Amino acid sequence: MIVPYSHILALAGIVFLLGMICTVTRRNLILMLLGLEIMLNAAAIALVGASLRWMAMDGQAMALFIVVVAAGEVSLGLALIVCVHRSTGSVDPALENRSAPENPSA
Amino acid sequence: MTIYSAIFYLLAAVIVATTALAITRRNMVHAVVYLVVSFFGSALLFYLLGAPFLAALEVIIYAGAIMVLFLFIVMMLRIEESKRQLFPLRQWIPAAVICVGYLAVLAAMISGIEADRPVQIAVALPAAFSVWVFRQGWLVVEVASMLLLVTLVGALVIGRPVKPDETADK
Repeated sequence: MIVPYSHILALAGIVFLLGMICTVTRRNLILMLLGLEIMLNAAAIALVGASLRWMAMDGQAMALFIVVVAAGEVSLGLALIVCVHRSTGSVDPALENRSAPENPSA
Repeated sequence: MTIYSAIFYLLAAVIVATTALAITRRNMVHAVVYLVVSFFGSALLFYLLGAPFLAALEVIIYAGAIMVLFLFIVMMLRIEESKRQLFPLRQWIPAAVICVGYLAVLAAMISGIEADRPVQIAVALPAAFSVWVFRQGWLVVEVASMLLLVTLVGALVIGRPVKPDETADK
């Protein structure tokens, strides 16, 4: 007897919300990617809880593939961020700040 | 309240608190380190919820590989410290509206469902879980390996050094 499934869902929902806040409000590509990781982790928590609730391994298998997708996503995303930083000198997602190193007057 | 539910609420508090600290840090190294603690808490939670294999993977891949990759990138790139307000008001208002709506939907969805029916304790042993995954989801395992290969090739192509003649064209 641990806790009702709704409490596990509430925890996953709150963690997902925190990841969403991070992705929406931060003006930094690295921290936005960090928010995506938090959201994927919240989905994994909900899936593992559902796996225990229905006594089936499908949820755990899906959580396993979420880990795979997260690993791929973060490696490719960070490679893209390094590429963007190399060409623009900034990790700000806003377009008006992109060309700042070339013409500081703008 | 059994000892297991006490552990669950303790872990939930640790996860939510460290995640909230991580997303409000201005220093990215601090954010990443707080998030490592959060992922350790998630790993313990997976262990409590009967997934020891996923708990090990969470520590190895999430807290180990992914967060160390983030740390490397944060240290490698020279990112100027932003002087602006952490959450500007222009972004705060839509975020607050989304938060309130999301929390209302969450509370409406999960309030009352099975509140008097706690989940039972069970453990999916790693051997049984692996056999199940390879029996039932062998195609998905192959697709996942292809995905990782494509990601590897993509990261190599994107991250390769720019040749001098290519920069001359620009």
